[in-house]
Amino acid sequence: MKKLTKNLLILLPLTAGLLFTAPPEAEAEYADVVINNYSDAAGMRPAIFPHWFHRIRFRCKVCHADLGFKFQAGGNQINMLKIIDGEYCGGCHNGEIAWSVENCDMCHSGKPGTPTQVHGSTVQKLVDPKMVAPGK
Amino acid sequence: MTVNKGRIFAALAAMAIFSGALATVMSEKGEAHAAPATKQDAAPAAAPAAVNTFNRLLKGAGERNLPPTEDGIHDPANPGTALLQTPRDAFSTLSKSTGAMGNGVNWVEALKNNQINPRYDRLNPAEEAVVFDLDIVREVKGSMPNVVYPHDRHTMWLDCSNCHPDIFIPQKGANQISMAQIVMGEKCGVCHGKVAFPVGECRRCHSQNKDASGAPAAKAKK
Repeated sequence: MKKLTKNLLILLPLTAGLLFTAPPEAEAEYADVVINNYSDAAGMRPAIFPHWFHRIRFRCKVCHADLGFKFQAGGNQINMLKIIDGEYCGGCHNGEIAWSVENCDMCHSGKPGTPTQVHGSTVQKLVDPKMVAPGK
Repeated sequence: MTVNKGRIFAALAAMAIFSGALATVMSEKGEAHAAPATKQDAAPAAAPAAVNTFNRLLKGAGERNLPPTEDGIHDPANPGTALLQTPRDAFSTLSKSTGAMGNGVNWVEALKNNQINPRYDRLNPAEEAVVFDLDIVREVKGSMPNVVYPHDRHTMWLDCSNCHPDIFIPQKGANQISMAQIVMGEKCGVCHGKVAFPVGECRRCHSQNKDASGAPAAKAKK
Protein backbone atom coordinates (compact mmCIF):
# COMPACT_ATOMS: atom_id res chain seq x y z
CA MET A 1 0.00 0.00 0.00
CA LYS A 2 2.80 2.30 1.02
CA LYS A 3 4.64 1.48 -2.17
CA LEU A 4 1.55 2.23 -4.22
CA THR A 5 1.24 5.69 -2.63
CA LYS A 6 4.88 6.35 -3.35
CA ASN A 7 4.50 5.31 -6.95
CA LEU A 8 1.38 7.39 -7.29
CA LEU A 9 3.24 10.40 -5.99
CA ILE A 10 5.76 10.03 -8.76
CA LEU A 11 3.31 9.08 -11.47
CA LEU A 12 0.70 11.73 -10.77
CA PRO A 13 2.66 14.76 -11.89
CA LEU A 14 3.85 12.89 -14.95
CA THR A 15 0.37 11.84 -16.07
CA ALA A 16 -0.98 15.29 -15.26
CA GLY A 17 1.77 16.68 -17.43
CA LEU A 18 0.78 14.41 -20.29
CA LEU A 19 -2.86 15.42 -19.98
CA PHE A 20 -2.10 19.12 -20.14
CA THR A 21 0.49 18.95 -22.90
CA ALA A 22 -1.31 19.86 -26.10
CA PRO A 23 0.09 18.50 -29.37
CA PRO A 24 2.74 20.91 -30.68
CA GLU A 25 1.12 23.71 -32.61
CA ALA A 26 2.38 24.60 -36.06
CA GLU A 27 4.32 27.84 -35.65
CA ALA A 28 5.70 28.20 -39.13
CA GLU A 29 6.62 31.63 -40.36
CA TYR A 30 3.92 34.17 -41.18
CA ALA A 31 3.09 34.00 -44.90
CA ASP A 32 4.83 30.70 -45.59
CA VAL A 33 2.83 29.26 -48.49
CA VAL A 34 2.22 25.52 -48.59
CA ILE A 35 1.46 24.31 -52.14
CA ASN A 36 -0.04 20.88 -52.29
CA ASN A 37 -2.01 20.88 -55.54
CA TYR A 38 -0.33 17.77 -56.91
CA SER A 39 2.48 16.84 -54.48
CA ASP A 40 0.69 14.37 -52.23
CA ALA A 41 -0.81 12.54 -55.21
CA ALA A 42 2.63 12.36 -56.82
CA GLY A 43 4.25 10.97 -53.68
CA MET A 44 6.28 14.12 -53.02
CA ARG A 45 6.26 16.25 -49.90
CA PRO A 46 4.26 19.46 -50.41
CA ALA A 47 6.30 22.48 -51.53
CA ILE A 48 6.77 25.33 -49.04
CA PHE A 49 7.41 28.82 -50.32
CA PRO A 50 8.91 31.11 -47.64
CA HIS A 51 7.70 34.63 -48.45
CA TRP A 52 10.06 36.24 -45.92
CA PHE A 53 13.15 34.69 -47.49
CA HIS A 54 12.22 35.88 -50.95
CA ARG A 55 11.13 39.41 -50.03
CA ILE A 56 14.55 40.07 -48.54
CA ARG A 57 15.94 39.45 -52.03
CA PHE A 58 13.16 40.47 -54.43
CA ARG A 59 10.29 42.94 -54.34
CA CYS A 60 6.73 41.65 -54.67
CA LYS A 61 6.62 43.03 -58.23
CA VAL A 62 9.16 40.55 -59.59
CA CYS A 63 7.03 37.49 -58.93
CA HIS A 64 3.53 38.93 -58.78
CA ALA A 65 3.76 41.24 -61.80
CA ASP A 66 6.66 40.02 -63.98
CA LEU A 67 6.39 36.27 -63.38
CA GLY A 68 2.60 36.27 -63.11
CA PHE A 69 2.04 34.62 -59.73
CA LYS A 70 -1.56 35.25 -58.68
CA PHE A 71 -2.18 36.41 -55.11
CA GLN A 72 -3.71 33.07 -54.20
CA ALA A 73 -2.19 30.02 -52.56
CA GLY A 74 -2.64 27.07 -54.89
CA GLY A 75 -4.17 29.30 -57.55
CA ASN A 76 -1.32 29.10 -60.03
CA GLN A 77 -1.38 25.44 -61.13
CA ILE A 78 2.39 25.23 -60.97
CA ASN A 79 3.99 21.95 -62.03
CA MET A 80 7.58 20.87 -62.60
CA LEU A 81 7.23 20.99 -66.39
CA LYS A 82 6.39 24.71 -66.25
CA ILE A 83 9.22 25.34 -63.80
CA ILE A 84 11.76 23.58 -66.03
CA ASP A 85 10.42 25.62 -68.97
CA GLY A 86 11.26 28.80 -67.03
CA GLU A 87 7.79 29.71 -65.85
CA TYR A 88 6.84 30.55 -62.24
CA CYS A 89 9.64 29.41 -59.85
CA GLY A 90 11.69 28.53 -62.93
CA GLY A 91 12.06 32.24 -63.74
CA CYS A 92 14.84 32.29 -61.15
CA HIS A 93 15.35 28.69 -60.02
CA ASN A 94 17.29 27.81 -63.15
CA GLY A 95 20.86 27.55 -61.86
CA GLU A 96 21.60 31.14 -62.89
CA ILE A 97 19.73 33.49 -60.57
CA ALA A 98 19.00 30.87 -57.93
CA TRP A 99 19.75 27.18 -57.49
CA SER A 100 18.02 24.89 -59.94
CA VAL A 101 15.36 22.20 -59.69
CA GLU A 102 17.61 19.26 -58.87
CA ASN A 103 17.42 20.35 -55.21
CA CYS A 104 13.99 18.73 -54.89
CA ASP A 105 13.87 18.61 -51.12
CA MET A 106 14.68 22.27 -50.57
CA CYS A 107 11.16 23.17 -51.78
CA HIS A 108 9.36 19.86 -51.31
CA SER A 109 10.02 20.00 -47.59
CA GLY A 110 6.55 20.00 -46.02
CA LYS A 111 5.05 17.31 -43.87
CA PRO A 112 3.11 14.96 -46.15
CA GLY A 113 -0.58 15.77 -46.09
CA THR A 114 -0.20 19.44 -45.19
CA PRO A 115 -3.00 21.29 -47.01
CA THR A 116 -2.42 24.20 -49.38
CA GLN A 117 -2.45 27.39 -47.30
CA VAL A 118 -0.96 30.77 -46.53
CA HIS A 119 0.32 29.97 -43.08
CA GLY A 120 -0.75 32.28 -40.26
CA SER A 121 -3.14 34.33 -42.37
CA THR A 122 -6.08 36.12 -40.77
CA VAL A 123 -8.51 34.11 -42.89
CA GLN A 124 -6.91 30.87 -41.77
CA LYS A 125 -7.22 31.87 -38.12
CA LEU A 126 -10.84 32.99 -38.51
CA VAL A 127 -12.24 30.36 -40.82
CA ASP A 128 -10.31 27.16 -40.42
CA PRO A 129 -7.68 27.12 -37.71
CA LYS A 130 -7.48 23.33 -37.91
CA MET A 131 -6.42 23.35 -41.55
CA VAL A 132 -2.83 24.00 -40.57
CA ALA A 133 -0.91 20.79 -40.27
CA PRO A 134 -1.66 17.10 -40.75
CA GLY A 135 -3.28 15.31 -37.85
CA LYS A 136 -4.78 18.42 -36.35
CA MET B 1 11.32 7.15 6.58
CA THR B 2 14.25 9.11 5.26
CA VAL B 3 14.02 7.16 2.03
CA ASN B 4 10.37 8.05 1.85
CA LYS B 5 11.13 11.72 2.35
CA GLY B 6 13.70 11.51 -0.39
CA ARG B 7 11.16 9.96 -2.73
CA ILE B 8 8.59 12.61 -1.93
CA PHE B 9 11.13 15.34 -2.45
CA ALA B 10 12.14 13.83 -5.77
CA ALA B 11 8.52 13.66 -6.84
CA LEU B 12 7.94 17.28 -5.84
CA ALA B 13 11.06 18.36 -7.68
CA ALA B 14 9.94 16.45 -10.77
CA MET B 15 6.58 18.16 -10.49
CA ALA B 16 8.25 21.55 -10.25
CA ILE B 17 10.48 20.93 -13.25
CA PHE B 18 7.59 19.52 -15.24
CA SER B 19 5.26 22.37 -14.50
CA GLY B 20 8.06 24.80 -15.33
CA ALA B 21 8.47 23.14 -18.70
CA LEU B 22 4.71 23.14 -19.13
CA ALA B 23 4.45 26.84 -18.47
CA THR B 24 6.83 27.51 -21.33
CA VAL B 25 5.10 25.07 -23.67
CA MET B 26 1.59 26.19 -22.87
CA SER B 27 2.02 29.90 -23.19
CA GLU B 28 -1.64 30.43 -23.96
CA LYS B 29 -2.78 29.04 -20.65
CA GLY B 30 -0.13 31.06 -18.87
CA GLU B 31 -0.21 28.67 -15.95
CA ALA B 32 1.93 29.92 -13.15
CA HIS B 33 2.19 26.85 -10.99
CA ALA B 34 5.94 26.62 -11.35
CA ALA B 35 7.27 25.88 -7.88
CA PRO B 36 9.42 28.40 -6.01
CA ALA B 37 12.35 26.04 -6.53
CA THR B 38 12.61 27.37 -10.11
CA LYS B 39 13.26 30.93 -8.90
CA GLN B 40 16.89 30.59 -9.76
CA ASP B 41 16.05 29.45 -13.29
CA ALA B 42 13.75 32.41 -13.86
CA ALA B 43 16.49 34.94 -13.10
CA PRO B 44 18.09 35.49 -16.56
CA ALA B 45 16.12 38.27 -18.24
CA ALA B 46 17.41 37.28 -21.67
CA ALA B 47 15.11 34.26 -21.81
CA PRO B 48 12.24 34.89 -24.23
CA ALA B 49 8.90 35.58 -22.59
CA ALA B 50 6.68 32.55 -23.02
CA VAL B 51 3.56 34.60 -22.30
CA ASN B 52 2.73 37.83 -24.04
CA THR B 53 2.35 40.46 -21.33
CA PHE B 54 0.01 42.61 -23.43
CA ASN B 55 -2.47 39.88 -24.29
CA ARG B 56 -2.16 36.33 -23.08
CA LEU B 57 -3.80 35.04 -26.27
CA LEU B 58 -1.02 36.42 -28.44
CA LYS B 59 2.09 34.36 -28.93
CA GLY B 60 5.05 34.93 -26.69
CA ALA B 61 8.24 36.23 -28.21
CA GLY B 62 10.01 32.91 -27.89
CA GLU B 63 7.66 31.06 -30.20
CA ARG B 64 8.05 33.23 -33.26
CA ASN B 65 10.39 32.79 -36.19
CA LEU B 66 11.16 29.17 -35.36
CA PRO B 67 13.73 27.28 -37.43
CA PRO B 68 12.13 25.20 -40.23
CA THR B 69 12.94 21.93 -38.47
CA GLU B 70 10.71 22.93 -35.54
CA ASP B 71 7.95 24.98 -37.13
CA GLY B 72 5.36 22.22 -37.48
CA ILE B 73 4.93 22.61 -41.25
CA HIS B 74 8.31 21.49 -42.54
CA ASP B 75 9.13 17.81 -42.31
CA PRO B 76 12.15 17.42 -39.99
CA ALA B 77 12.82 14.02 -41.61
CA ASN B 78 13.43 15.72 -44.95
CA PRO B 79 17.18 16.23 -45.51
CA GLY B 80 16.61 19.59 -47.25
CA THR B 81 14.78 21.08 -44.27
CA ALA B 82 17.96 21.42 -42.24
CA LEU B 83 19.60 23.36 -45.07
CA LEU B 84 17.00 26.13 -45.06
CA GLN B 85 17.78 29.47 -43.48
CA THR B 86 16.24 30.23 -40.09
CA PRO B 87 14.03 33.35 -40.04
CA ARG B 88 15.55 34.51 -36.75
CA ASP B 89 19.01 34.71 -38.32
CA ALA B 90 17.70 36.75 -41.22
CA PHE B 91 15.58 39.09 -39.08
CA SER B 92 18.16 39.87 -36.40
CA THR B 93 19.41 42.99 -38.21
CA LEU B 94 16.03 44.23 -39.53
CA SER B 95 13.77 46.95 -38.11
CA LYS B 96 11.20 45.54 -35.74
CA SER B 97 7.48 46.00 -36.13
CA THR B 98 5.63 47.68 -33.27
CA GLY B 99 2.87 45.08 -33.10
CA ALA B 100 3.09 41.49 -32.01
CA MET B 101 1.89 40.16 -35.34
CA GLY B 102 3.23 39.03 -38.69
CA ASN B 103 6.94 38.27 -38.89
CA GLY B 104 7.71 40.96 -36.31
CA VAL B 105 9.65 42.81 -39.02
CA ASN B 106 8.87 46.32 -40.24
CA TRP B 107 9.55 45.60 -43.90
CA VAL B 108 8.99 49.15 -45.13
CA GLU B 109 11.48 50.52 -42.61
CA ALA B 110 13.94 47.75 -43.39
CA LEU B 111 13.81 48.70 -47.06
CA LYS B 112 14.00 52.46 -46.41
CA ASN B 113 16.98 52.01 -44.10
CA ASN B 114 18.82 49.85 -46.64
CA GLN B 115 18.89 46.89 -44.29
CA ILE B 116 17.70 44.86 -47.26
CA ASN B 117 18.21 45.47 -50.94
CA PRO B 118 15.61 43.40 -52.79
CA ARG B 119 15.76 43.48 -56.58
CA TYR B 120 13.03 45.39 -58.42
CA ASP B 121 13.90 43.55 -61.62
CA ARG B 122 14.49 39.84 -61.89
CA LEU B 123 17.74 40.20 -63.83
CA ASN B 124 19.06 43.68 -63.23
CA PRO B 125 20.13 44.29 -59.62
CA ALA B 126 20.64 48.01 -60.31
CA GLU B 127 17.12 48.80 -61.49
CA GLU B 128 15.40 51.37 -59.30
CA ALA B 129 11.79 51.09 -58.20
CA VAL B 130 9.26 53.45 -59.82
CA VAL B 131 7.89 55.11 -56.69
CA PHE B 132 4.61 56.97 -57.01
CA ASP B 133 4.04 59.44 -54.17
CA LEU B 134 0.33 60.08 -53.75
CA ASP B 135 -1.68 59.73 -50.57
CA ILE B 136 -5.33 58.76 -50.89
CA VAL B 137 -7.55 59.80 -47.99
CA ARG B 138 -10.62 57.67 -47.49
CA GLU B 139 -13.17 59.32 -45.26
CA VAL B 140 -14.67 56.57 -43.18
CA LYS B 141 -17.98 56.25 -41.40
CA GLY B 142 -18.36 56.51 -37.64
CA SER B 143 -15.76 57.74 -35.23
CA MET B 144 -12.76 55.93 -36.67
CA PRO B 145 -10.03 58.20 -38.01
CA ASN B 146 -9.86 58.46 -41.78
CA VAL B 147 -7.70 56.07 -43.73
CA VAL B 148 -4.63 57.48 -45.42
CA TYR B 149 -3.37 55.16 -48.12
CA PRO B 150 0.25 55.91 -49.04
CA HIS B 151 1.08 54.97 -52.62
CA ASP B 152 4.79 55.56 -52.05
CA ARG B 153 5.57 52.67 -49.73
CA HIS B 154 3.34 50.35 -51.73
CA THR B 155 5.00 51.17 -55.06
CA MET B 156 8.41 50.56 -53.48
CA TRP B 157 7.41 46.91 -53.46
CA LEU B 158 4.66 46.48 -56.01
CA ASP B 159 3.68 47.28 -59.57
CA CYS B 160 0.53 49.34 -60.30
CA SER B 161 -0.91 46.33 -62.11
CA ASN B 162 -0.84 44.29 -58.92
CA CYS B 163 -3.76 46.27 -57.51
CA HIS B 164 -5.26 48.19 -60.46
CA PRO B 165 -7.77 47.54 -61.82
CA ASP B 166 -8.55 44.05 -60.51
CA ILE B 167 -8.52 44.75 -56.77
CA PHE B 168 -9.09 48.51 -56.75
CA ILE B 169 -10.71 50.50 -59.57
CA PRO B 170 -8.43 53.55 -59.98
CA GLN B 171 -11.22 56.05 -59.60
CA LYS B 172 -12.37 58.12 -56.62
CA GLY B 173 -15.49 56.69 -54.98
CA ALA B 174 -15.54 53.56 -57.12
CA ASN B 175 -14.38 51.17 -54.38
CA GLN B 176 -16.58 50.04 -51.52
CA ILE B 177 -14.31 48.66 -48.82
CA SER B 178 -15.34 47.19 -45.47
CA MET B 179 -13.32 45.70 -42.65
CA ALA B 180 -15.31 42.48 -43.06
CA GLN B 181 -14.00 42.16 -46.61
CA ILE B 182 -10.47 42.92 -45.49
CA VAL B 183 -10.31 40.31 -42.71
CA MET B 184 -11.75 37.76 -45.14
CA GLY B 185 -8.89 38.38 -47.55
CA GLU B 186 -10.40 40.81 -50.06
CA LYS B 187 -9.34 44.36 -51.01
CA CYS B 188 -6.48 45.41 -48.67
CA GLY B 189 -6.77 41.91 -47.17
CA VAL B 190 -5.33 40.33 -50.32
CA CYS B 191 -1.96 41.19 -48.75
CA HIS B 192 -2.67 42.63 -45.27
CA GLY B 193 -3.35 39.61 -43.10
CA LYS B 194 -1.57 37.22 -45.43
CA VAL B 195 1.90 38.59 -46.06
CA ALA B 196 1.88 42.30 -45.17
CA PHE B 197 1.13 43.43 -41.60
CA PRO B 198 -2.25 42.11 -40.36
CA VAL B 199 -5.10 44.52 -39.68
CA GLY B 200 -4.97 44.24 -35.89
CA GLU B 201 -3.29 47.60 -35.52
CA CYS B 202 -6.08 49.97 -36.58
CA ARG B 203 -4.08 53.19 -36.43
CA ARG B 204 -1.51 52.14 -38.95
CA CYS B 205 -4.15 52.77 -41.65
CA HIS B 206 -6.78 54.80 -39.80
CA SER B 207 -4.27 57.53 -39.15
CA GLN B 208 -6.01 60.85 -39.93
CA ASN B 209 -7.93 62.26 -36.98
CA LYS B 210 -11.14 64.12 -37.67
CA ASP B 211 -13.12 66.60 -35.61
CA ALA B 212 -16.71 66.16 -34.40
CA SER B 213 -18.17 67.11 -37.80
CA GLY B 214 -16.13 64.41 -39.50
CA ALA B 215 -13.79 66.82 -41.28
CA PRO B 216 -10.08 66.09 -41.08
CA ALA B 217 -8.69 67.71 -37.94
CA ALA B 218 -5.08 67.92 -38.93
CA LYS B 219 -2.72 66.72 -41.58
CA ALA B 220 -2.19 63.05 -41.12
CA LYS B 221 1.08 61.76 -39.88
CA LYS B 222 2.86 60.16 -42.76
